[in-house]
Amino acid sequence: MLKYIIPLILFIVLAVFLAVGLKLKPSEIPSPLLNKPAPAFSAPKLTAPNEKLSPADLKGKVWLFNVWASWCVSCREEHPVLNKFAKQQAVIIVGLNYKDDPEAAKNWLASLGNPYNDSVMDADGRIGIDWGVYGVPETFVIDKKGVVRYKHTGPVTGEDLQNKLLPLIAKLQAES
Amino acid sequence: MKHWLLVLLFLVSTLGFAIDDHQLADPEQQKAYELIISELRCLVCQNQTIADSNAELAADLRRQVYEMLQQGKSKDEIVLFMTDRYGDFVLYNPPLKTKTALLWLGPIAFLLTGLIMISWIIRRKKKTEPTIIDKDKQEKIRHLLGDGDQS
Repeated sequence: MLKYIIPLILFIVLAVFLAVGLKLKPSEIPSPLLNKPAPAFSAPKLTAPNEKLSPADLKGKVWLFNVWASWCVSCREEHPVLNKFAKQQAVIIVGLNYKDDPEAAKNWLASLGNPYNDSVMDADGRIGIDWGVYGVPETFVIDKKGVVRYKHTGPVTGEDLQNKLLPLIAKLQAES
Repeated sequence: MKHWLLVLLFLVSTLGFAIDDHQLADPEQQKAYELIISELRCLVCQNQTIADSNAELAADLRRQVYEMLQQGKSKDEIVLFMTDRYGDFVLYNPPLKTKTALLWLGPIAFLLTGLIMISWIIRRKKKTEPTIIDKDKQEKIRHLLGDGDQS
């Protein structure tokens, strides 16, 4: 009897491991920034390079930090979702224009629409490193105390927005 | 000749390294630089170190390491800087923690299971006594084999 049970158990264990492995996304790396204060920066705004924006300016507000670039193909896919979301005015959306040419970025927003309350420029990718950015687009949710509460790697879909981001934002808005 | 040339080309292609123009004046620091970048994972192309990868992020991270070395930062400080931002995943040699215990201890567990199974099988084999075939039976077998070989 044992002769049959042992291979069966081994097979089940292996099958479970493989099944879990199939569902894991190796491209999604858990961010060590979660539940830590948002990394500080003071960066020029895309539309007004003389003005600077820093996370400290947004204390007391829930905001979305979306990393994008005009060269980023997946951002194009994500953009309509953000545009639609921005219309709801549920939250402040700040863009990080990552390693981009400012002119190309401005053209991009002009032709596809601008969901951002502000976009800041990260020409050499240093802010990106501080935020642990490795795949554009990436989206962070920051709470009223300035703590990073959520990170989404890759394009945000309408489904992600409905199921994850909106409930979280509602919860964070209710926090004091 | 053509074949050998092909083989040679394939050999060369496996030696991957990135175009990198960072050069530190101090040879000790240069050594540290080369060591650190060969131990950090490029997060875009996850099976390459930032020393091997030509991805933009890898180049940015190399620049970061280079600048931190120039500022006199130690290897530990640089590694901490990277793990604070990208997590343990950025390290090719992740530290032994409860989260990574399976990764480190898994192979040992598999080896032990294998050894236990082998010893178990050997012991069981030893227990089964060889069947003794006496002369009568042997004769019968020979007879059967001789006769039965007509089909």
